[in-house]
Amino acid sequence: MHPVLTLVVQRIALGLLLLLAVSAVIFLGVAALPGDTAQAILGQSATPQALANLRTEMGLDQPALTRYFNWLGGILTGDLGTSLSNRTDIAAAISQRLGNTLFLAGWAAVISVPLAILLGLLAARYNGRWPDKLISGATLSTISLPEFVVGYIVLYFLAVKWQLFPSVAMVFPGMGMMERLNAVILPVIVLVLVVLAHMMRMTRAAILNVMQSAYIETAELKGLTPMRVIWRHAFPNAVAPVVNVVMLNLAYLVVGVVVVEVVFVYPGMGQYLVDHVAKRDLPVVQAVGLIFAAVYIGLNIMADVISILANPRLRHPK
Amino acid sequence: MAEMLLEIRNLRIEATSYPPGEPPRDVVLVDDVSVSVAKGRVLGLIGESGAGKSTIGLSSMAYGRGGVRLTGGTITLNGRDIRLVDARALRALRGREVTYVAQSAAAAFNPAIQLMDQVIETCLLHKVMGRAEAEARAVMLFGKLGLPNPESFGKRYPHQVSGGQLQRAMTAMALCPKPDLVIFDEPTTALDVTTQIEVLAAIKEAIHDTGVAALYITHDLAVVAQVADDILVLRHGKRVEYGATEQIITAPGEPYTQALVSVRSIEHVEKTDAPAVLQIQNVTARYQGTKFDVLKNITLDLPAGQTLAVVGESGSGKSTLARVITGLLPPGQGRIRFAGRELAPALAARTRDDLREVQMIYQMADTAMNPRQTVGTIIGRPLEFYFGLKGEAKRKRIQELLDQIEMGKGFIDRYPAELSGGQKQRVCIARALAAKPKLIICDEVTSALDPLVADGILKLLLALQAAEGVAYLFITHDLATVRAIADRIAVMYRGEVRRYGAKTDVLAPPFDDYTALLLSSVPEMKMGWLEGVLEGRRMAAAGN
Amino acid sequence: MRIPISALVGLFFTGAFFLAAIFAPLIAPYGMAEIVGGVWDPASSTHWLGTDAIGRDLLSRMIYGGQTTIFVASAATVLSFTLGSVLGFSAAVAGAWVDQGLSRMVDLVMAIPALILALVILSVLPVTLTVLILVMGLLDATRVFRLARAVAVDITVMDYVEAARLRGEGWAWIIFREILPNALSPLVAELGLRFIFAVLFISTLSFLGLGVQPPLADWGGIVKENSSGLVYGIPAALIPAFAIAALAISVNLVADWVLSRTTSLKGGRG
Repeated sequence: MHPVLTLVVQRIALGLLLLLAVSAVIFLGVAALPGDTAQAILGQSATPQALANLRTEMGLDQPALTRYFNWLGGILTGDLGTSLSNRTDIAAAISQRLGNTLFLAGWAAVISVPLAILLGLLAARYNGRWPDKLISGATLSTISLPEFVVGYIVLYFLAVKWQLFPSVAMVFPGMGMMERLNAVILPVIVLVLVVLAHMMRMTRAAILNVMQSAYIETAELKGLTPMRVIWRHAFPNAVAPVVNVVMLNLAYLVVGVVVVEVVFVYPGMGQYLVDHVAKRDLPVVQAVGLIFAAVYIGLNIMADVISILANPRLRHPK
Repeated sequence: MAEMLLEIRNLRIEATSYPPGEPPRDVVLVDDVSVSVAKGRVLGLIGESGAGKSTIGLSSMAYGRGGVRLTGGTITLNGRDIRLVDARALRALRGREVTYVAQSAAAAFNPAIQLMDQVIETCLLHKVMGRAEAEARAVMLFGKLGLPNPESFGKRYPHQVSGGQLQRAMTAMALCPKPDLVIFDEPTTALDVTTQIEVLAAIKEAIHDTGVAALYITHDLAVVAQVADDILVLRHGKRVEYGATEQIITAPGEPYTQALVSVRSIEHVEKTDAPAVLQIQNVTARYQGTKFDVLKNITLDLPAGQTLAVVGESGSGKSTLARVITGLLPPGQGRIRFAGRELAPALAARTRDDLREVQMIYQMADTAMNPRQTVGTIIGRPLEFYFGLKGEAKRKRIQELLDQIEMGKGFIDRYPAELSGGQKQRVCIARALAAKPKLIICDEVTSALDPLVADGILKLLLALQAAEGVAYLFITHDLATVRAIADRIAVMYRGEVRRYGAKTDVLAPPFDDYTALLLSSVPEMKMGWLEGVLEGRRMAAAGN
Repeated sequence: MRIPISALVGLFFTGAFFLAAIFAPLIAPYGMAEIVGGVWDPASSTHWLGTDAIGRDLLSRMIYGGQTTIFVASAATVLSFTLGSVLGFSAAVAGAWVDQGLSRMVDLVMAIPALILALVILSVLPVTLTVLILVMGLLDATRVFRLARAVAVDITVMDYVEAARLRGEGWAWIIFREILPNALSPLVAELGLRFIFAVLFISTLSFLGLGVQPPLADWGGIVKENSSGLVYGIPAALIPAFAIAALAISVNLVADWVLSRTTSLKGGRG
């Protein structure tokens, strides 16, 4: 096997191992916390008999490890368990919402990635001059804002003051594509703004780092045009760091989407999670938390794999 | 006079420096320098770091690094002032009329592109020749420069070939578009001495065969004497002396040039034998987690109050030897006897006197001193730690030590960042002396310094040895330094001692193969040395 | 020493926010939970920022809210910083299995997005200020650990640390006299960034209704309380939002300045 493939396989295996460890943290770590789930659900006034009944029903009387493996086995076969608060099947409740969340995050990614790379390139190309200062200054302020603040500012001005878009992102099954797009336009704008700043700044830094290499000076001293220097000599070496940046920021979207969905009352995974944290519905929180963590880890693995594939030293070993 | 290719008149180059906490100010890098290169001639630019030699070299391509500005004078190449041409004409000139060979080819090649594509890029871009012709020419140049398998060499990526090979490939890249002028910016400085001579010979031959003119930039006068027709000596951005190589080497006019020519000519007569202070007996060592020995069965003696020079190229294991003696890397086998007792293998098991009596001086004085401590704290700590000195007594002793390293008053409260390179190394010497050691291990202590500064350090070390009776284990790759300071020499190669004995014995024939190669590779300050060595090697090869 | 304008502005506003937080009861014109007017009264001479969703003085609530936000964020930062840097330094100096064990544990925690992990934990634990501070501090300590360890590892390979070891110095001298003075500046700059992160984090949690619980106010909570007004064009929710941004930006400016001083010191006078 080519040594690069070995590395890639190793990285993926390591990622899966990490995911397993994360599932243990989410389940066993929470079980070890000083808190009584049954008590939390029934409240302080519950009778001991009611508590005991609930514990048996939830399987809380079994050892944590047994419960963990049952849970894990269920997840691997598509059974995410049952919600405590409304007794519905979690997998069924999630499927619709997962699609909605992916729709939202997907559009945010499709818009923000090319935009961030373009702005990052511009800022790097005019490093230290006004286009750079303008782009960097504008992004500095969005970095200092939490997602929900950006959300409300956008909502207040675009939806309420100027009435350009709907303020609540209502989507439902059977909705047409255009309607759907119109509904999510505000949350998409917010997510783009939030991710764009980080992604653009990191892209700029990655490109500047490559542009400072000695081989770029060599290329300039060869009398190449600036476009050829960037395209032929900088680009192949900047791909890996830039892709890495993009992946890491898409992982960041995972967090952003939770908050943005709450701001716009969007029926996605994030709002589902937040609602059930408030209801202390542990099975839902654990299942949804694991899905978010899996997406996050998956994106990180992809970032690493792409870095490995783009590295000429690894692709062409001695 | 021959037709002039490059004429630089009254060149002045400035840059803006941004010292922390102070307003930015302009500094002059090159001041009123005039020089010319005729077609097919080689001009050597020589000077210490900061002399402005690379800046002048790059200015002949109208290129300035990081905010450097040409503020005066003219640069005429092939009859036109290149400061006045537009960007398009400048690109047509770079890589076509003038090409560049950098000090570190490893960094100057693009890691993501095959060597052949990089070498012929200018030929195709400037439409000097077609792809087939360019590739044929590149293969021819690879062969001429002595690269292995010239036909397939270009298929490789930069990280797949050695540093010496990359340096030759970069020369091929510079020569490929048939330029009028090539700028060599310290092309052999980063190489080991035995590799340096090969690359130097290859460059010289390639310059000669292609008839190209060249600017050869280096800090080593002995090297430039081998390739240049004329030499310009620079200091602090100003011209010191300009003349034919012969005249500069044999009859330098300026005191500074005279000092450069006579550098490394310290004569040190070896001392007669004395009882050993350090005995290394059958030491074998390897790093944790590796599978081969970095040191193989080393046995060496160092007489008290004398200097044992350990010479070798990178990878010879000489620095590892220092780590074994200090206890940082416990040996796998063998023992180390010191001052009549056996040293514990590991640092943690050694007594305070063991630690005090073996001191160390490092190559990079910059990283050997804590930047947040003053000179007084740096020198004072061993006094306090080993001898319990405090207050006035400590301060008095620090001043004595500063006097000994010829630094005088006013340095005690300064920080390392406020010292010059030579001063930093002196403070490190004082820190070692403060412990009153019997042995100081000097690890390449002069190799990061300019030649004249290095000479000063060597003289100081000799004087301190005479006064204090301390022994030195002197690790270096530089044979001239060895001649200047050693009483005994050990030549190391791939973890073994190839040759060991008194200085005069080691440096006298008959030699083993490696020592012969090493000794003959050290550039000498005379013209025609390179040809002499190569001729000698050819005859020896033919004789076998 | 010259302080750039941006850092001065940052220092001024950071100082103002902290002073307002410390002296909140003296400055605030009304009580935190006191109902003094109608629903969302506009700004007037008696209520400079108007009133909130149930008629409390918004300025007073902002001042008390700032106190809570800044207190929780500061406490979490102190916790994350102490824990993270002590463990990070120890890992770097001790090396071997101590380093391996701590680093792998931190990798594991950082493999889960901080907000998600916090939500999972808060679904079990009672949401009190102490729990919030502990959860935020512990989660953030992983970030500080990584930085402190990286900085210390860079320093321990320096020749001057080796020189100290060869002299026979103990751990205390090496950590406090050789490593710490050189690690301080990047760590102080990081302190600012961690504080900002803590402010954003507690605000987000409160906004989601899982942070500071009513009747106690904090900026994220005030946004949540007044967010329904936005749809009717009442911008009360934006005021705490701007306060969060202003605090974050001012601390950022100061941290940037500290960081740039660090890098210039490394270069020496050259």
